[in-house]
Amino acid sequence: MSEPAVKGASASELKSGSRLERLLGEGHFVVTAEVGPPKSSSSKGIKDNATLLKDCVDAINLTDNQTAIVRLSSIAAAVHVMSVGAEPIIQITCRDRNRIAIQSDLLGAYSLGIRNVLCLSGDHQVFGNHPEAKNVFDLDSLQLVRAVRDLRNGKFVNGEKCRFNPKMFVGAAANPFADPFEFRALRLAKKVTAGADFIQTQAVYDLDRFRAWMDAVRELGLHEKVKILAGVVPVKSVAALRYVSTVPGMRVPQELIERMAGAADQETEGIKICAETVAVLREIQGVAGVHIMAIAWEKTVPEIVRQAGLLPRPVPEAAV
Amino acid sequence: MIVAEQKPLEEIYGFLNGARKVLIVGCKECVTVCQAGGEKEVGLLAAALSMKRRIEGGPPLEAVEMTVQRQCDPEYVQPLSGPAADCDMVISTACGVGVQFVAEHLKDKWVFPALNTRFGGGSVEQGIWEERCGFCGDCVLHLTGGICPIARCSKSLLNGPCGGSHDGKCEVSDDIPCGWQLIYDRLKALGRLDLLTEVQPPKSWRTARDGGPRKVVREDLKL
Amino acid sequence: MTAEFEPKIVAFCCYYCAYSAADLAGTMRLQYPPNVRLVEMPCSGKIDPRVLLAAFEAGADGVYVAGCLEGDCHFLKGNLRARKRVARMKVLLDEIGLGGERLEMFNLPSSGGPRFAEIAEEMTERIRRLGPSPLRPPAGDKGSEPR
Repeated sequence: MSEPAVKGASASELKSGSRLERLLGEGHFVVTAEVGPPKSSSSKGIKDNATLLKDCVDAINLTDNQTAIVRLSSIAAAVHVMSVGAEPIIQITCRDRNRIAIQSDLLGAYSLGIRNVLCLSGDHQVFGNHPEAKNVFDLDSLQLVRAVRDLRNGKFVNGEKCRFNPKMFVGAAANPFADPFEFRALRLAKKVTAGADFIQTQAVYDLDRFRAWMDAVRELGLHEKVKILAGVVPVKSVAALRYVSTVPGMRVPQELIERMAGAADQETEGIKICAETVAVLREIQGVAGVHIMAIAWEKTVPEIVRQAGLLPRPVPEAAV
Repeated sequence: MIVAEQKPLEEIYGFLNGARKVLIVGCKECVTVCQAGGEKEVGLLAAALSMKRRIEGGPPLEAVEMTVQRQCDPEYVQPLSGPAADCDMVISTACGVGVQFVAEHLKDKWVFPALNTRFGGGSVEQGIWEERCGFCGDCVLHLTGGICPIARCSKSLLNGPCGGSHDGKCEVSDDIPCGWQLIYDRLKALGRLDLLTEVQPPKSWRTARDGGPRKVVREDLKL
Repeated sequence: MTAEFEPKIVAFCCYYCAYSAADLAGTMRLQYPPNVRLVEMPCSGKIDPRVLLAAFEAGADGVYVAGCLEGDCHFLKGNLRARKRVARMKVLLDEIGLGGERLEMFNLPSSGGPRFAEIAEEMTERIRRLGPSPLRPPAGDKGSEPR
C-alpha cells in the first residue's frame, strides 16, 4: 500500500489530519511542548498547562509513565488537553503494555479524537517507583511505529483488517548525542523505514554536535522523509546545567555553564539561552520544528516562543 | 549452564524448623560448576547447619549428605528414597528444576530449595557468571552475530538500541554492556551491518514461557 | 571460677613458608604458646573450607591458616586462594553464630621464625579473650569426630 507524502500534502493526502501534520505539511516551523501528568487523578494541572500553552505551541506531548513512575495515563491526559482546545500528542512506551493493550489503546485514543502518537521504548522500570514490576517489551519502539502505521492502513499487527481504523500521525524519538555516530544515523533511517512521520530529539545543548548529526541525516536524505523536531530544555540554574552534563549521553559546552554561572538572574538567563537555541535551530537545514520540554516550568514556554520570534502560531489552511 | 546462588544461611536454617534429621542432596552438574550446590557446598551446608543448631541450643541436627550426578533425571533421583525415609525433611542444593524432581519423587517429604536459581549463562572469568540465554524458544542468534538480544538487552529489543544506551553501557547499570552495542560491534567486525537495516517484526512469544509451561517430545526417542 | 581457659588452636601451615618458619622458631629456641597444634599442608591453597569447619566442630576454639607472603607462594597463587576462602569462612562463621574472629589468615616468609612465634602468641591471646568455643565438648569429653 503506497504511502501518501507528507511534504506539501493536500487535504486528501493527509494521514491523520492533525494540526501538527498539516502545519508541517505546509512548511511551517512547528513548536511542540511537553506536559507531565500528575501522580494523581487530578486533571487541573494538565488543563491549566494546556490552557497556558495552546496559543504558543502547535501540539502538546503527554508523557506515558515517564521514568517508570506511575502517573495519570497519557490518553486520559490528552482528553483533558483537548477539552481546553489544544492538540495532544500521546506517548506510548513498550515497557508496560503488550501488543494487545497497545492496539486497544490506539483504537480508543482515536475514538476520543487523538491524532498524534509518539512511540518510545520506555525507561526501564528500575528507574521508577515500582522497580519490582514485571516489564513487558512485547514490542520494541520500531515495531510499535510500524504497528501504528499499519493500523493507519487498516491492519492489525496480526494481519486482520480493521474497519474504522485509527489514522494517527506517528512519531519516534532520536538521540543525536549518544553512541557511535554511525549507529545513530542508521537507527534513524530504520525508524523512517518503519514509518515514522516525525521525530523529536533529546535536548540540544551542544549545537556543534547537533549540526554534525544533521549533516549525516541530510546526507542520507532522511530530513525529507521525516520531520525532525529538535528538543530543547530551559534550565533554571547553573547547578541544573551542571547536573545535565553528568547525565549519560548529554553534552553541555563549558561556555554555556560559564555563561549561566556569571548571570545576574539565572532563571532569566536560562530562558534566554533556550530561546537563542531555538532561533539557531530554526536556521539549520532539515530541522522542521522544535520540541520544548519544560517539565515543571511550563510557564516559561510562552516567553521562550516569543523571544525566539515564533509568535503568533500559524493556523493550518482550510480544514480537511 | 544454570547458574544459581545459595540462599542466606539464616533462611535455610529457618526451613529446618526443629527438624532432627535432614537429607541434604547436591548435584554434580551446573551447581557444582558455579560452586553453589555441589558436593563441597553440601558438606559446608551440613556442617554449618548442625553447628548453628548446637550454638543456638537446639536438639542436635543429623545432616545426611548425598550428591547425585544430577537431579533433573528420575534415574538419579530414585535412589534417594532409602536415605530420605527416616529424615524429617530434605534440602536440595540443586537448581529449581532439581528441587522439583526430588520433590515429585519423594512425595511425602518436604523438599526445600537451598538455592535461588538465577539464569542460564556461563563463566566469563573465575568467580563471575553472566546471563546469556533468554530461553525464548526461537533462537535468533544467527541474525545478531551470536549475541542474544532477548537476554543481553535489558528491554529484549529486536531493533535496538534504545535511547538509554551510552558509552556502550545499558541505562540500567554501568555493569551491563549495551547488548545492542555488542551486536553492532560484532556485525560490523563480520561485515554484516546489513542485518541491522531491516526492521525485525514483532516476536512470537508463544515459544517462550509466555505461552505456558513448555514441553519437548521426541517420538523417535520414546520407547 | 574454674581453671583458666586454655584455648585449643589449630594452625594449617604451608610446607614452604609457614612450617619452615615454625621449624626455625624451634631451632631458635623461641617460646610460643603450646596451645597451637600444627597441621602441615603442601600449600595454604590446599585448604578445603570443610576442613576449617570440621576443626571447629571437633572443638577447636580458634583456627588459622598460615601461608607464604603474597607474591612468594611456591605455587604462585595458592595463598591468594587461601585468603579468599578464609575470608568467606569468616563470614559463614559469623552467620553460624560462632564468630569469624576465631578464624584468621596469616602470611609470613620461611625465614620468619620470630614472626611465627608472634602469630601463635597473638592468636592465642585473641582466643583467650573471646573465650571457649560454644562447640567445645564439656569437660572430660574428648569431642566429636570430624565429619
